[in-house]
Amino acid sequence: MSDRRIGVYICYCGGNISDYVDCDRVRDAIEHDEGVVVAKTTMFACSDAAQQEIIDDIKEQKLDAMVVASCSPTLHLFTFRGVAERAKLNPYLYVQVNLREQCSWAHTDVPALATDKAVYMVKAGIAKARLTVPLDKTRIDTVPRSLVIGAGISGLRAALGLSDLGISVFVAEKTEKIGGWVADMGRMYPHDRRGNELIADLVEEVQKRDNIQIYTQAELAEKSGSVGDFNVKLNVKCELIPLNVGSIIVTTGFHSYQPADGEFAYGAEGVLTLPEFKQLLDQCEDELSYQGKAVSKVSYIYCVGSRDASGAEGANAYCSRYCCNAAMHASSVAHDLSPKLHQFHLYRDTRSYGKYELLYQKARRQGALFIKFNADAPPQVEKSNGGFRILVKDVLTYGEELDIDSDLIVLVTAMEPRPNQALNDIIKVPLGLDGFFKEIHPKLRPVETVIDGVFIAGAAQAPRNSAESVASALAATAKSAALLKKGYVELEPLIAEVDPDACSWCDQCVASCPYSAISKKNFGEKEIAEINAAVCKGCGCCVPDCPQGALGVKGYTDGQIKAMIDAMEVANG
Amino acid sequence: MAESGGAAGEEFVPRILVFSTVSISDIGIDLAGSSHMHYPPSAISIPLPCSSGIRPDWVLYALSHGFDGVFVAADGTDCPFVPDCTKRTAKLVGEAQDLLRENDIKPERLKMAAICSVCAEPYAKHMKNFSAALHKIGPTRKAG
Repeated sequence: MSDRRIGVYICYCGGNISDYVDCDRVRDAIEHDEGVVVAKTTMFACSDAAQQEIIDDIKEQKLDAMVVASCSPTLHLFTFRGVAERAKLNPYLYVQVNLREQCSWAHTDVPALATDKAVYMVKAGIAKARLTVPLDKTRIDTVPRSLVIGAGISGLRAALGLSDLGISVFVAEKTEKIGGWVADMGRMYPHDRRGNELIADLVEEVQKRDNIQIYTQAELAEKSGSVGDFNVKLNVKCELIPLNVGSIIVTTGFHSYQPADGEFAYGAEGVLTLPEFKQLLDQCEDELSYQGKAVSKVSYIYCVGSRDASGAEGANAYCSRYCCNAAMHASSVAHDLSPKLHQFHLYRDTRSYGKYELLYQKARRQGALFIKFNADAPPQVEKSNGGFRILVKDVLTYGEELDIDSDLIVLVTAMEPRPNQALNDIIKVPLGLDGFFKEIHPKLRPVETVIDGVFIAGAAQAPRNSAESVASALAATAKSAALLKKGYVELEPLIAEVDPDACSWCDQCVASCPYSAISKKNFGEKEIAEINAAVCKGCGCCVPDCPQGALGVKGYTDGQIKAMIDAMEVANG
Repeated sequence: MAESGGAAGEEFVPRILVFSTVSISDIGIDLAGSSHMHYPPSAISIPLPCSSGIRPDWVLYALSHGFDGVFVAADGTDCPFVPDCTKRTAKLVGEAQDLLRENDIKPERLKMAAICSVCAEPYAKHMKNFSAALHKIGPTRKAG
């Protein structure tokens, strides 16, 4: 019988787990397992109240190990290790079971089988917890330098933020030009300031800093090392430049949706994408004119390249989110140029969230008409008399068919993920289903990625406007600085260990260790292997090469692996 | 323990033990879940730091203790520890298959593929295909 006192907590995750896994049945199946003293279900294990309850249980029930069956350890491993620490329990006596990403969410189609799997998983977690031992972290020093990839508005702002905090920054920009999309823009929302002036201000500030170095025509060529101490090589105009940085912020921006030829007559003179129209607005001085001719009627077609539910390859199912507001703002800029301009906004739904409602109200006050169409009856565009004729069924007047003449048509186009294959082959940050870089959690860890020390910001992560991009760049700056200013990171103590009784020093492990972390030492009357804790990375490569089975990795011992397998062998009740 | 050799019954659902890795393949497997990609729920993973650290006797142990197949979700070229991880893991898989043969267990019950941090779809596909292949081979335990 185990003399351990284990607390087991099975999280509903507010339905994310319990909608598919019968958590109460899981608890009933494990509550009498060897060593289990407390077995509870909880609505949100990560909530303050649940964390306090676990701390109280640890203290009152004198628990010496805990298992939380909730989400992926990438999200909350450190949360619950923190809970253990606050209850004076060594954090390595904690085991997390990934019931959400690797069970409930993957098996939404078969809830009963998902519950069976959850029972096995929790039993394995308990078996592992029974064999946990207290461990202490190892420390490594961090390098007070960062690499920012992409010199758009997000990258430049992140660089300045880091510089303010005393961290040296290298910025790698793929193109010859600094400033990205915003550098080419005139008046833009949300502050109605000129994009090119915003960038000019940032660049002027960057130039004053000694601790910011910008490389143009530079791409990431290699990356090695780990959080706090990355060794990277930049390919700058065919020359490889080695850099040693503690963190990396990816701000590679977006790609603007390019309509197909003929999509809403795109390709014909007078049909423009939103970025093309914004450039036109910026070029006009007295009045809105196109190819030397005054424009009197403009129609905007919304959601072009966004919210495409067809499931076709390359179709963007998501809402690009920034474009309604950008189109309404452009409408006001056009009105300022030509106050008598007739403007028709053909939309599916508008998303003028928060204070951007004011942009919608302003455009309407200026006389713009908003006409709602259904996704299954998109506007029909045909050429007529040097302009265009648009036929559209207005949902809000019971499907009345409107016939609109227009000189210009503006396709309110989507933000798409920039093709980043070469970069991502090196940086290895997961992409979401929409193709943008994916954070660990959109609310809880919005700029961190699963690659420790690599952060994402701006429109590389999701469609967003310049203000939102800058906010996320500053969040990545803060996260990066918090990591580097401390001067060290604490590394997992989950490294190799030697069973001195089993080891007979045959030196095979020396050859298998990639870090030269193993040496020989005297142990009583014999010689055995010794692990250098500062050098060992805990990969476990030496483990299978030991003919005596004398090596293991702490937290992943032979005993724990076999105990987990044993726990899953028993019939599922 | 020897193979049953007999055809699988209709009720047979192959149980798969996946040796995944904390920093690479678990991320891909998590992504499969968060993208709601379905794969057989009879696949359960035990995370390790690196696929080059799998002891061949763990594979035999799993196949002797209730599992019908073992899948090594290897780090491949993305391994944060060793550049030759694929070669190392492949060597272990070869050794484990020899061990299975010695114990009259079909080596096809062990499969290895590199699953990177964005390999959600390949993972789901591997699980479906491996489960189907194991279904043909039948259970490791004798019927009854």
